[in-house]
Amino acid sequence: MSRSLSLPVAALIGIAFALPAHAVEFNTIDAAKSQLGFSYQQMGVKMDGQFGRFAARLKFDPAKPAAAQASFDVQIASVDAGSPDANKELAGKDWFDSTRHPLAQFVATRIAPLGGNRYQANGQLTIKGRTREVSAPVTFTPSGNGAVLEGSFSIQRSDFAIGEGAWADVGIVANPIQIRFKLLAEVDKAAGKIPGK
Amino acid sequence: MNARYSTPSIGLHWLMALGLGGTLALGFYMHDLPLSPGKLQLYSWHKWAGVTLFLLAVLRLLWRLTHRPPALPLAMPALLKQAAHAMHWLLYALMLAIPFSGWLMSSAKGFTTVWFGLLPLPDLVGKDVDLGNRLQTLHLGLNVALLILVAGHVAAAIKHHFIDRDGVLASMLPGRSH
Ligand code: HEM
Repeated sequence: MSRSLSLPVAALIGIAFALPAHAVEFNTIDAAKSQLGFSYQQMGVKMDGQFGRFAARLKFDPAKPAAAQASFDVQIASVDAGSPDANKELAGKDWFDSTRHPLAQFVATRIAPLGGNRYQANGQLTIKGRTREVSAPVTFTPSGNGAVLEGSFSIQRSDFAIGEGAWADVGIVANPIQIRFKLLAEVDKAAGKIPGK
Repeated sequence: MNARYSTPSIGLHWLMALGLGGTLALGFYMHDLPLSPGKLQLYSWHKWAGVTLFLLAVLRLLWRLTHRPPALPLAMPALLKQAAHAMHWLLYALMLAIPFSGWLMSSAKGFTTVWFGLLPLPDLVGKDVDLGNRLQTLHLGLNVALLILVAGHVAAAIKHHFIDRDGVLASMLPGRSH
C-alpha cells in the first residue's frame, strides 16, 4: 500500500487503463498480498492448506508472453495444513522432509497466450528433490497499479514422494493435490528486486 | 408379570448400548495415538459411528415420545420413580448432545464431517481453534457424564433384578415374551 500511495493518483489510473496499449512489464510479486494454497481429500473430506512464505521472480509483459520469465521459491516450513499436529507431521521425512529439502521451486519454461486475458504457464516444479513438468492456466486481471495472476493446477503427491511409508496409501490421503495461486504482480522501478515476506 | 418394552425399543436400546460403548472406547483410544493413517481412519470411523448414533437417538426419542413404556413396578417408592425418569431423560439428552458436540468440534477444528465419506454435513460453526478446544473439553465432559450415568443405570438394573426381583430388567431383555 505505501508504495502505491507514494505514486501520484494520476499515474496509477494511467497505468491501470493504459495496460493493453502500452507494454508494461510486471517484474515483482507482492508476496504479502499473494496466496499460495492447496487442497486435497482425506477420506472424502476436503482439506485446505497454504504456504505463508514464498518469493517470486517475474518478468511478464502481457503483450509479449513468449518473453516472460517466472520462478518461485516456496518455504516448505511455512506450510499450514490446518493444525499444529499436521504441520509438524508434514515437515517430517515421510512428507516434505523440510530439513533436507527446505524449498519447493517452480520455474516457468513457456508462457503461451490462450486469448483474451488467459495464458497457459508451463514449467518445472521441484518438490523434495523431484522435478516434474506442470502446466497451469492463468488469468491476468489488472488491479490498481498491479495485476492479479490467478490459476490452479493439480499434481499427484506420489510423483514427488510427498507421503512415504504408511502415508503412501492414497486411500486415506488422496493422491491428487490441487494447487491454487493468486499473485499480485506489480511494476517495480527498481527492477530485478526479489521481494519476499 | 410386567409388560415388556416394545420390540423396536428393545432393539434400539441394545444396538445403541453396543454402539455407544464401542464409540466411547474408540474415542478414548484414538485420542492418544500418534498421527498416522490409521489414526485418521479411526477418527473417521468414530465420526461416522457417532453420527449414526445421533440419528438412532433421534429415532429412539421419537419412538419414546409416541409409545408409552411399561409402567415402573407399583412397589417402587415415588422418589425412586422420579429419579429413574430423570435419569432416563438425562441419558436421552446425552445421546443427542455428545454426537452433536463432536460434530461442532470437528467443524471448529476445520474438519467437515462427511458421513461414511459420502454425505458432507454442514459446518454449523466456522473454523476457530479456541472454540474447537473448548468443544473438545465439552465432548469429553459429556462423555464422562455418560459413563457415570450409565454406571448408575447398570447398577439400578442389577438391583431391580437381584434385590427387588421385580422383572424390570427382563422387560428390556430381548427373547422370550411372557
Ligand atoms: C454418541 C457418540 C459419541 C461418543 C460416545 C463419543 C465419545 C468420545 C470420547 C470418549 C472421546 C475421547 C475424548 C477425549 O479423550 O478427548 C471422543 C473424542 C472425539 N470425538 Fe467423539 N463421540 C461421539 C460422537 C462423535 C461425533 C459425531 C464426532 C464428530 C462428528 C466426534 C468427534 C470426536 C473427535 C474429533 C474426538 C477427538 C478429539 C481429539 O482427540 O482431538 N465424536 N469421542
